[in-house]
Amino acid sequence: MSLKLKALLKSPWVFHLSTGSCNNCDIEILDCLTPRFDIERFGMLLAPSIKHADVLLITGSCNRQSVVRLKRLYEQAPKPCLVVAIGECSLSRGMFIHSYNCPLPLDKIIPVDVYIPGCPPKPEAIIAGVVKLIEKIKKK
Amino acid sequence: MGRTIVPIGPYHPLQEEPEFFTLTVEGETVVDIDVQLGYNHRGIEKLSESKSFDQTTFLVERICGICSTSHPFACTRAVEDIIPVEVPERAKYIRTIIAEGERIHSHLLWLGLAGHFLGYNTVYMWAWKLREEILDVMEILSGNRNNYAMFKPGGVRRDIKTEDITGVIEKIDSIVPTLEMLKKAVIDDPVLHARTKGIGILSKEEAINFSALGPTARASGVARDVRKDSPYGAYDKIGWKMIVTQNGDVFDKAVVRILETFESIKIIKYCLLNLPAGEIDLKLKNIPAGEGIGHIEAPRGETFHYIRSDGTNRPVRHKVRAPTFMNLPTYKATVVGETISDATIILAAIDPCYCCTERMAVRTTKGKKLYNGEELVKLSQAKTEKLRKKMGY
Repeated sequence: MSLKLKALLKSPWVFHLSTGSCNNCDIEILDCLTPRFDIERFGMLLAPSIKHADVLLITGSCNRQSVVRLKRLYEQAPKPCLVVAIGECSLSRGMFIHSYNCPLPLDKIIPVDVYIPGCPPKPEAIIAGVVKLIEKIKKK
Repeated sequence: MGRTIVPIGPYHPLQEEPEFFTLTVEGETVVDIDVQLGYNHRGIEKLSESKSFDQTTFLVERICGICSTSHPFACTRAVEDIIPVEVPERAKYIRTIIAEGERIHSHLLWLGLAGHFLGYNTVYMWAWKLREEILDVMEILSGNRNNYAMFKPGGVRRDIKTEDITGVIEKIDSIVPTLEMLKKAVIDDPVLHARTKGIGILSKEEAINFSALGPTARASGVARDVRKDSPYGAYDKIGWKMIVTQNGDVFDKAVVRILETFESIKIIKYCLLNLPAGEIDLKLKNIPAGEGIGHIEAPRGETFHYIRSDGTNRPVRHKVRAPTFMNLPTYKATVVGETISDATIILAAIDPCYCCTERMAVRTTKGKKLYNGEELVKLSQAKTEKLRKKMGY
């Protein structure tokens, strides 16, 4: 494991990006930060800018307007950047698979490390997903 | 003085949907605002035409995560309006309970975010902690924290078990003292008064002219509430009062929302205690050709659905109008003339279904100065801090 990755695991800063979601996954991410779940205990912090982030949390069905910006944000992210797809929409576009405005699923646009299913996933599921991400990198 | 364009968005780190604002500022004062939509477009109205009437409720539930009751509620009412048919009493009560539960959690969510924008992170954490209790109640009643999937044309999908009721009422009662504390913390705080009173005023005439809805209108003295004006569900059988304040500033909008939370608790308790027995579903088979409308009071205002049917099992046309669509233009009246550090809270005050105020970038025409969203929130929080020191708290 590279030094960069090893350091990253101690305190992964997350950046949240909504690519045309219904808010639910986004609110559940925020819920993780509030007292009931409080993922700040594990050193996870919501970064205000992609340039400070180690993990990209992506929600939503990647609509046409967002795809361009999503790619640009991924390019700007300092590497290694880990990508977590949260919610059914970003996994497979879910209910919006036949929509004219959602051309591609997320993993066809940028590489995804962990998928967290659910509509919306519960905060417990999101925390479990991030823990799995950390385990996955440790095994590398 | 030179004019400056301030682009806000479309992406910001805190929460909710992307949304793009352009503020034109002179010095520190905002002189114009423009809104650009479309970052969240998923083609729901078109998709709805490919879904059967039973499936549309699941689709409209996902228009907005916070309004995941109001949209199916309005949609099922539109379908029932086509036939037309009245749903059973018990279904009406269950619908009302779910809708009010959503109102409580939505208002608490807003309160928390507003606290964060003003630099009161304690309010943010308290409000969201309290919100979890309500989500627990919703989980007991519907089986899910959000996206309750309770609605179907002709009734509700899931009954409320009699043995759950006592536990739910206890749980709701247990949040009231904390909510009272939160109310006092917000309404009696002198720094919050200085920060929000007289800021972003929407006068009564402007509220009527802009057709503002929900708490945005009620804070400006316009007594407009679908629950009173054309009662649906069980609202006409329950004694509750419409909260109307007169000033129309950010403070009043907060007060309306906080007091409404208490009314919602009253409504839920009444409905649970007086839940009539009987069927919960009409088991509708065929929807005839025709058109119907359904409108209900969502946490943010009136949600309106129009559905046209041609006699098949799918809608031919489904039109949705969310309350934020009507409330957005009020920015023209509220933000213009205020300072940039106040713009953050004013943009949040109508409780838009997105909160783009976090990731802003301020750029002068010469491209020299650049603020990002974090700095703007800091600017807003610093102003509160300054006021607090000045007032000696």
